[in-house]
Amino acid sequence: MQVRVHVSLKPGVLDPQGRAVHHALEGLGFADVRDVRIGRLIELDVADGTSDDALETMCRQLLANTVIEDYRIEKAPA
Amino acid sequence: MTAAVITFPGSNCDRDMAVALERVMGKPPERLWHRDSDLPRGVDFIALPGGFSYGDYLRSGAMAARSPIMRQVAAAAARGVPVLGVCNGFQILCEAGLLPGALMRNAGQTFICRTAELIVENVSSRFTAGLSRGQRLHIPVAHHDGNYFADQTTLDEIEGSDRVAFRYASNLNGSRRGIAGILNAEGNVLGMMPHPERAVDAAHGGEDGLLLFKSVLDGLSVA
Repeated sequence: MQVRVHVSLKPGVLDPQGRAVHHALEGLGFADVRDVRIGRLIELDVADGTSDDALETMCRQLLANTVIEDYRIEKAPA
Repeated sequence: MTAAVITFPGSNCDRDMAVALERVMGKPPERLWHRDSDLPRGVDFIALPGGFSYGDYLRSGAMAARSPIMRQVAAAAARGVPVLGVCNGFQILCEAGLLPGALMRNAGQTFICRTAELIVENVSSRFTAGLSRGQRLHIPVAHHDGNYFADQTTLDEIEGSDRVAFRYASNLNGSRRGIAGILNAEGNVLGMMPHPERAVDAAHGGEDGLLLFKSVLDGLSVA
């Protein structure tokens, strides 16, 4: 089973990388960009039938740091 | 008196830490590897050194925080053994949940390598008992991810319980409230971004780091 975990900074947590990329986009002439936030996409290949609980635990214990990050689990349609 | 320095793959200040401890203790610390499952019997002091464990993969300190030896470090910390994490060691302690908050990319995006002026805030912990409140220390920093973050509630709790050990005199990396080092609730775990082990010899350009090591080791020898 293919699983994608999207990790992003929590709202309110300053993202210096996103800000730098925002400035760079402005420098390229893209004046319409309001904000840029950089996250991380983690692709997992797990055994079929891996429980949602197990996936949640993986995210909380390692894949995301819940002090600063939110995560979203997306399971590929079978 | 037994101290331990733990080396993770990618640690690069472990030897400096060992040299600093030997200078203060008069004997070398035990050197441990991240896969070791036991700490030395009766260990009195544990240091997690700086560096780039696991190449900062995923997040700085994230992988090292889940290594086998860290279960023993957490158990020792719970018994009251003093644990010092410097730079990557601080990041590891936060990732392991032994200290609150997280260390993010420096606000200015750049790696910062220079001597920082620190203001001593806490003087009651075993790490800082030999210092005086408001004292200025000059200790080098060398980091890319030193921007301390915690939510307002956590910051208020840390400040309200006198757990800010050091603040930057000039906030160089965007850390919330200029925090350079914090203590756990019991006061026996200290994480700090500046490197005291790089300021233990006049040839380093300063010896302020010795004050911190002497403080914690003096406290142990009288205990």
